[in-house]
Amino acid sequence: MCLAIPAKVIAIDGYLAEVECFGNTRKVGLTLKPETKIGDYVMVHAGFVIEIVDEKYAMESQELWKEMIKHEQHED
Amino acid sequence: MSSMKTNVYRDPVLGKELIQAIKKQAKIFQEKNGRKVNLMEVCGTHTVSVSKAGLRDVFRDDIELISGPGCPVCVTSHEDIDYMIELAKQPEVIICTFGDMMRVPGSHSSLAEEKANGHDIRVLYSPLEALDIAEEQPDKKVIFLAVGFETTTPAIAATIDMAEKREIDNYYVFTVHKICPPVVELLFNDPKLKIDGLLLPGHVSAIVGRKALDFIATEFKVPSSIAGFEPLDVLAGMYDIIRMLNQGEAKVTNQYLRVVTEEGNKAALDMIAKYFEAASSNWRGIGSIEGSGLVLKPEYQKYDARNLYDITIPESSNTRGCRCGEVLSGHIKPTDCGHFGRSCTPVSPVGPCMVSYEGTCATYFKYERKV
Repeated sequence: MCLAIPAKVIAIDGYLAEVECFGNTRKVGLTLKPETKIGDYVMVHAGFVIEIVDEKYAMESQELWKEMIKHEQHED
Repeated sequence: MSSMKTNVYRDPVLGKELIQAIKKQAKIFQEKNGRKVNLMEVCGTHTVSVSKAGLRDVFRDDIELISGPGCPVCVTSHEDIDYMIELAKQPEVIICTFGDMMRVPGSHSSLAEEKANGHDIRVLYSPLEALDIAEEQPDKKVIFLAVGFETTTPAIAATIDMAEKREIDNYYVFTVHKICPPVVELLFNDPKLKIDGLLLPGHVSAIVGRKALDFIATEFKVPSSIAGFEPLDVLAGMYDIIRMLNQGEAKVTNQYLRVVTEEGNKAALDMIAKYFEAASSNWRGIGSIEGSGLVLKPEYQKYDARNLYDITIPESSNTRGCRCGEVLSGHIKPTDCGHFGRSCTPVSPVGPCMVSYEGTCATYFKYERKV
């Protein structure tokens, strides 16, 4: 039930947005994240956008994890 | 196709390196403490991620991965399922629900059986659709079965908000919402469980924010990490926890920075606070826990399906000896239950943990059985 997959916002009409995920589109509510913009990647849960995916952090995580491993290997 | 690429979080080379780093830390723990480290994944979706990626097996000599009570369908009590079934039998009612609830066995029946008996029960992807049904059929009472943790509650609150704005007066919710902190506290205080660290649910955390979970570190001195649901997300969270254990540190780290913020989702939290208040709630196999549920505030009682009919449920029972309760609280593994894989399978489930997509028993059945 807590599964949520990033979807891209392709249109906004008032409190509803159309999002696309793996080629499927569906209407979702924006009440919980009213600042959502067209082009954002969002997490959708139970029919509502619950968060906008931070692309900067999405890119950085991998680098952080590589750093973590480097640090670990250094201690050998 | 414009979906965000998630395969970067499944990178096999980086994955292997992370596994080695975790194993090294787990070994240090084992040498220090004379036992394996016990980590609990609270969220059912983590349970699925861990098993699907084969991590339980990869770490079988290093880490005891215990599945926690994080599947909302599974923790819904017998009594509440029975009540839902009685509601479905009332005249002029349309029951709307997420699909997972359909086959959960009540004491005498299930929603799927009642649908087969001719009652109007519909599976929806979103409670928003229930509002449309209510608007289109004003002569019916449309009841949404509101099951779920902090992630789902704001969505339900938002539908009530919309029902108010759209002046829809035949939309109701049957709330069995639960919140995570009280049950986490209960597990820590259980002398039979020795939980060293917690892998915290990514999407509940997206709503409540990282800071709201700091109490786990400050009050219980248990290191924890918020993780996403891809294999590398999970591994990064596990690494954080074991490293903190070895260093004698206890913090709540955030390994899901792309989605989880320090403060959480303010609009969602405001929406919960506007419509809901804390109440005691009954957890399957665990019992009633004070302050662990969310119910509609007195001023919004007109949306509460419990007020619609004078329903007395037949005596609820768990006569078939389902041990889902013990599985949910981490006391036994699904394979310790006599029903598992024999009289209880996803096709013919005895209990909810075998029904739900993220139920621990269903996950073990799909990914952890050895031929």
